[in-house]
Amino acid sequence: MTKQQANWSPYDNNGGTCVAIAGADYCVIAADTRMSTGYSILTRDYSKICKLADKCVMASSGFQADVKALQKVLSARHLIYQHQHNKQMSCPAMGQLLSNTLYYKRFFPYYSFNVLGGLDNEGKGCVYTYDAVGSYERVGYSSQGSGATLITPFLDNQLKSPSPLLLPAKDAVTPLSETEAIDLVKTCFASATERDIYTGDKLEIVVLNADGICREYMELRKD
Amino acid sequence: MVYVTSQRKDIVRNEGFRTVIIMKIDFSGLESTAPLCGASSEMFDGFSTSPSFQIPDTTDFDDFQKEAIQMVKPAKGTTTLAFIFKEGVMVAADSRASMGGYISSQSVKKIIEINPYMLGTMAGGAADCQFWHRNLGIKCRLHELANKRRISVTGASKLLANILYSYRGMGLSVGTMIAGWDEKGPGLYYVDSEGGRLKGTKFSVGSGSPYAYGVLDSGYRYDMTIEEAAELARRSIYHATFRDGASGGVASGMLCFIMWDQPDGRSYLVMTLGNFTICTIQLNQPLSSRRCPKLEFLCYSI
Repeated sequence: MTKQQANWSPYDNNGGTCVAIAGADYCVIAADTRMSTGYSILTRDYSKICKLADKCVMASSGFQADVKALQKVLSARHLIYQHQHNKQMSCPAMGQLLSNTLYYKRFFPYYSFNVLGGLDNEGKGCVYTYDAVGSYERVGYSSQGSGATLITPFLDNQLKSPSPLLLPAKDAVTPLSETEAIDLVKTCFASATERDIYTGDKLEIVVLNADGICREYMELRKD
Repeated sequence: MVYVTSQRKDIVRNEGFRTVIIMKIDFSGLESTAPLCGASSEMFDGFSTSPSFQIPDTTDFDDFQKEAIQMVKPAKGTTTLAFIFKEGVMVAADSRASMGGYISSQSVKKIIEINPYMLGTMAGGAADCQFWHRNLGIKCRLHELANKRRISVTGASKLLANILYSYRGMGLSVGTMIAGWDEKGPGLYYVDSEGGRLKGTKFSVGSGSPYAYGVLDSGYRYDMTIEEAAELARRSIYHATFRDGASGGVASGMLCFIMWDQPDGRSYLVMTLGNFTICTIQLNQPLSSRRCPKLEFLCYSI
């Protein structure tokens, strides 16, 4: 009896790239706004960034249906947390929650590559990077998605910090100022757009600092 | 959404007119030993009840797992080692994580603190190791609270091995060593996702382990000093990273953890190098005491 191969896969890859950089008192999270399937572009104006809490923002690339489901689960859990604890969830707490949520789908993973950015309890920028099944790590910068292999080496070159395994715990956060970090992110995406077909159209940049959250957009190549 | 409760869920495959039950999945590993208190209300159903793993609704579970894992390429860890010697237990690991052929991180913490007197190492799937070690830490703490004494390394490794055995065949990839100090002295167990559990004095796990074993075996003596043991561990990991592409890590400098128990002032040396993490645990305080050693950090420059 020959084995029948599945003709239908529950997953699809909608492409896109996300980047996050942690600073001394800010955090920059950016993602492009192109959503594709195969060689087609579904839309040029899709936001991959989701605000989970006052001090916590998540950007995800991969399969956007799974991303949407994941965002809903996390928002609901955050709401329950707020009702039970009468405060917003901190970024490290949200980081652990996201890891557990991803791992509970270990046998049917969320096809979602996430970076979580925000401010920790001391007001310093923090970035958490995840794989699809929930293993995570706090880092100074991170990139996920189709353009990650193009952007990460560049960020390593510009921002490479001493390993967080060293002691005394050297801050993994970058010494760059907020405007410099935003410029760096814009440069990353401009380059990634040149060489990655799934990245382009528009760049959405979210900056979290002590004053709150602000959002800006930059046009990218549309081809 | 299909929620699987803590009972076993049978995976059913339809072959022609027959219905064949091919797998029983046991989720008891997720249950806590303490009973859930409080009534679960409608609003919280699915959130506060005992969590469970969602299983894909497919006839071919194994193929699905293989494809899913190939697609998402979860991060894997690589070379770790641990050995018992006169002064205690030495644990060392590299810091590279790879996703397929791509290095996803050079600064992964592969030595996981289960609780203040027990360490676990990460080799195999990073998420699997992180999650199950954290789960093990929870179970150990519950054991402590229920029995008014710390769990032994034997007990903790048995708990983990039983959990992993119940998920055997489902694609978990965990190759870990549980190292710690209990009433019987230093303890070291190797536990893997096939359900294997071995007690021993010297282990190395991961893709770089053959290289590490070579150096470790030739240099090992039971009566080494802490410095000699740390140097041996460091050299073993170094040679493994030298020859194994999937092991490595970039950093520089040397650092130390010093673990001490404040009330009696004794200190225990735990060392961590830049890209090789090396820890020694010496916890020869009376087990009846419930004080947890504090971790303090010092820095040595190379």
